[in-house]
Amino acid sequence: MLGLFSLSMRPVLAVAVSLIAAGLIYVLGERIHADGREGITITAAVLKIILVYSMIPAVLAGTEIKIELFRIVKGISLAFNVDAAGMVFACIASTLWLLTSLYSIGYMRGHGEKNQTGYFAAFAMCLSATMGICFAANLITFFIFFEILTVATYPLVVHYRDEEGKASGHKYLAYTLISGQIFFAGIVVIYATCGTLDFVPGGFVTADKLPMQWALLVFFMMVGAGIVKAGVMPLHSWLPAAMVAPTPVSALLHAVAVVKAGAFCTLRVVLYVFGPEMAKACHGAEILAWMAVITIFVSSFIAIRKDNLKARLAFSTIGQLSYIVLGICILTPAAAAGALYHIVAHAFMKITLFMAAGAIFVTTHKKNISDMVGIGRRMPITMAAFTLASVGIAGFPFFAGFASKANIIFGAMAANKPLFAATLVCSGLLAAVYLLPVSIIAFKKQPAEVHVDGQLVVNRDFAKYGEASKLMLIPLVITCVISILLGIVPNLGLHLYDFAVMAGNAIFGIL
Amino acid sequence: MNNFPALIVVCPLCAALLNLVLNRINEKLGKAVIVLSVAASLIMSVFVLAQVITTGTIHYHMGNYDMPLGIEFVIDTVNGLIVVLVSLIGFLTLLFSDNFGYKFKTRLTKGAANTVLTLLIVGLLGMTLTGDVFNLYVFLEITSLSAYCLIALGGERGIFSAFRYLLVGTVAATFYLLGVAILYGVTGTLNMADMADILNEGGKDQAMLLAICFLVPAFGIKMALFPFHGWQPSAYSYSEAGAAPLITGVMGKIPAYAMFRYLYCIYGTDFKYFNSILVIVGVFSVFGMLYGSIRAIAQTDIRKILAYSSVAQIGYISLGFAIGTPIALCGAFLHMLGHAFMKGGLFFCTGAIRHKFGTVNIEDFGRIYKKMPLTCGTLTIAALSMVGIPPTVGFFSKWYLGSAAAMQGEWIYLAVLVISSLLNAIYFFRLIEKVFINEDKSLKERVYDEFKTCGWKLVLPVVVCFIAILGLGLANVKIIDILMLSLKGVGLC
Amino acid sequence: MINAFLAQDGIYLLTVILLGLGLAGIIVCNNYMKKLICMNIMQVAVIFFFLCLGQKNGGTIPVAMDTIIHAADYINPLPHGLMLTAIVVSLGTTGVGLALLTRIWERFGTLEEDEIIQVKGEDEV
Repeated sequence: MLGLFSLSMRPVLAVAVSLIAAGLIYVLGERIHADGREGITITAAVLKIILVYSMIPAVLAGTEIKIELFRIVKGISLAFNVDAAGMVFACIASTLWLLTSLYSIGYMRGHGEKNQTGYFAAFAMCLSATMGICFAANLITFFIFFEILTVATYPLVVHYRDEEGKASGHKYLAYTLISGQIFFAGIVVIYATCGTLDFVPGGFVTADKLPMQWALLVFFMMVGAGIVKAGVMPLHSWLPAAMVAPTPVSALLHAVAVVKAGAFCTLRVVLYVFGPEMAKACHGAEILAWMAVITIFVSSFIAIRKDNLKARLAFSTIGQLSYIVLGICILTPAAAAGALYHIVAHAFMKITLFMAAGAIFVTTHKKNISDMVGIGRRMPITMAAFTLASVGIAGFPFFAGFASKANIIFGAMAANKPLFAATLVCSGLLAAVYLLPVSIIAFKKQPAEVHVDGQLVVNRDFAKYGEASKLMLIPLVITCVISILLGIVPNLGLHLYDFAVMAGNAIFGIL
Repeated sequence: MNNFPALIVVCPLCAALLNLVLNRINEKLGKAVIVLSVAASLIMSVFVLAQVITTGTIHYHMGNYDMPLGIEFVIDTVNGLIVVLVSLIGFLTLLFSDNFGYKFKTRLTKGAANTVLTLLIVGLLGMTLTGDVFNLYVFLEITSLSAYCLIALGGERGIFSAFRYLLVGTVAATFYLLGVAILYGVTGTLNMADMADILNEGGKDQAMLLAICFLVPAFGIKMALFPFHGWQPSAYSYSEAGAAPLITGVMGKIPAYAMFRYLYCIYGTDFKYFNSILVIVGVFSVFGMLYGSIRAIAQTDIRKILAYSSVAQIGYISLGFAIGTPIALCGAFLHMLGHAFMKGGLFFCTGAIRHKFGTVNIEDFGRIYKKMPLTCGTLTIAALSMVGIPPTVGFFSKWYLGSAAAMQGEWIYLAVLVISSLLNAIYFFRLIEKVFINEDKSLKERVYDEFKTCGWKLVLPVVVCFIAILGLGLANVKIIDILMLSLKGVGLC
Repeated sequence: MINAFLAQDGIYLLTVILLGLGLAGIIVCNNYMKKLICMNIMQVAVIFFFLCLGQKNGGTIPVAMDTIIHAADYINPLPHGLMLTAIVVSLGTTGVGLALLTRIWERFGTLEEDEIIQVKGEDEV
């Protein structure tokens, strides 16, 4: 008999804890004090972190944590299987949930937002779905949580309930639901032809079961859902549109849950369903890789032209997520490990950037980069964190982005694809081109220095503002520090780098 | 215990007639008798279902006549489940309809409305249970006549819709009778099992083909299968608000079940033209799924949206029949059960909103969730289920239908299934958007002077539907296992 | 000759024609009363059809008589029994139909379909 807290129950509890939190917040939210409501979120987040971290040693030791709950459809169980790849994503999502929650509280209160109850409930629901996506052992379980994530994100996108929000909500739904339904059809086809849906490292689809001429079609039917969520061009346009939502939502979309779930979906489909051989044989991986390359370049060029800080960050995300997709599609162990590790690296860096952007917006109500002249003088910690994260995104050594990118580049070289390696190097430079100017503008000295209340102020607009509130500042400093630490010691604390390598080796059958 | 199959039908029938008398004495007493009788049916049907699951199909012979002379009730796990469904939704609707009593001018009409609603339940139960083709006709007509009345009670537009339905419905009944006449002519029996045996001896393909040409349109009209659905949208929309959940949720499903009986239990896969018939049913379903969804997008009256969506959803059920493997049939029946709760639930919610605010136009629904959180919760979950978002029951029935279609290599069916759910998504997310996002229209609550609202009678059906949609979804394997007990050897294997 | 024709399958042909007339009437007629009458004609056609099935040469009505003891000498009683039910049903349907027509007449003052649609607006149809 399984104890409630036995190892194999933990993935279930990790999913359940935020599900229950979501329910509690929704039901109690309007009836109890806001502090109580946020208390539920924080408690759930801490519990989830404990649950997820407690599985690290076992997974590291190579034990597979498997549990089959009950039959969800005839012949297939609702099953969880904690493997190295899932663990990487789960650690990130649970860690960042706590930090984003803290930050959200500061942001939402500082900004006096409405509908906070629905916001926190949907947020918890998203995290629950993300956990399910991390630990799902088969495609049906995966798809169930994938669709829950789609629906749970919708209220966050339309948070402001204005016309603009509604329009982006429509766009979001159109992209994700259509791709989701096509994914569903793909799963049905896979089930009908292969008779199983369990993820296997290295894939379970073989050419004798699924004829090669159909394989490419089914490949894209399934991968489509992933690359829509991951924002690979030309299916990216919902992502910048979703920028109308509050900044913590953008942080969640971009760094924690949604786009990463897309990248993770791509990983599962390419490497755990089709497998490297099949993906190569049907040319799906190659086509996808080139789509990613194009996305990396185009998104960087668009990002350079954007004046709205959040929009610039959105296009940066689109580019960065394509690194992951590219890493997956290179089909070598190093590249796969790099891609997985980039989920980690990008998460910490991008969430720092978004939190900084949000902190600026709440404190000064500035959205556009051109209005931010001299803001660094008033919000030095925020902008310092922003700058460091930007450098990390550009892939400088000793920042988190370096370890992942280097791995993908090694993988590309091993696969004898120097063009892909060159792409990554170029795009690092491009990232520096579009992100560093923000810092330069922020710290720029204007000729006319003025003194207000005896203090030196560069831009008169910012005279009355100080540093962002502690609730926002602390999380963003933490994420910034972590992204630097992870750059110096990739394996720090949670052994995420080891996990990524383990997953890469498992997929390609290297022991 | 042994007489339960008969009592399931007889109990409400007696209560319905008794109500006419009791209503003269005391209005509440009559209603109480009706509600109790349907509750008794519900409990008995659960017992019977449990018995069927453990001991296998029950054959109940009315008046102990020898078969095939007498009338027989046959209960296997499929119609056992459907009987539970009918009595449950019927029970909830009876409670729910109390809230709409204010619309009737006299006590007599109110009592009569209750009687007619109960007769509708009786007709549906009888149609499900009977194993006799002519008995099926009688129950079909009981169902139809009470449905005409209930639709006509829905006001001026209701009368008009009811008359149109009456014409079309009678054509259907007449066609059905003609089909029965032809089959009776070649077999000389009215018992379904006996008829199946005789037909299986072979050599009667021409007559069978002729009969099915009448039977499919007959059931098509009754279940509102495209292209026979013309009467349905206005009839569903303008039916009496208290009875609408039963009419929309269940009434179309039972003829579908009857069609299944004819196709798979009486005709069987040995019938020479069986595959052609399936293709025709499949074509109807496919066009229905697309047409219903597209028309629903254009509506603003929520009842019309839901009515057109029913045209599409019935298509899912008949699509399962058209695919014809046991898994597809399971999917069809799971959808039948699930959709009854979804559509019933949506009409319970619509009714509750209408009861409270007196509007059915979705443009007025702005942020209504703040005033009716529970109702809007059910509305949302039912809408998501219609679209087929997991873990609601709608997703799982779609999964079984889809995987059965893929295994049979029917790629078009799979594609249409996907397209239809996306079309559903358009209007159901529009509905969700209205309910949660749009500007508050600050509707005034209706005040009822002479009539006290029975809060729990509005809430209970809504809650039950909510639980059922999620519960059937998560426990779908259990349902499929039960269905499989009877469906194992049926259909194309 | 007519007798011979009818004794063959001709009688069925006639009922089919009757059925067709009824169906056509329901579709073509503009007046609701006429539609209802056509509906009745259609039902009668099926009742005829059923009764013809039960008919046989040399049989007598299915009322037990002391002089006739062989079942083969009676015509099949079952269709008659069934049609008794069908007639009752048809009566009920017609009754409901007429009641509805009365209400429509009270409300619109006409039973012509196009006129009613004009009053009511197009959205119903």
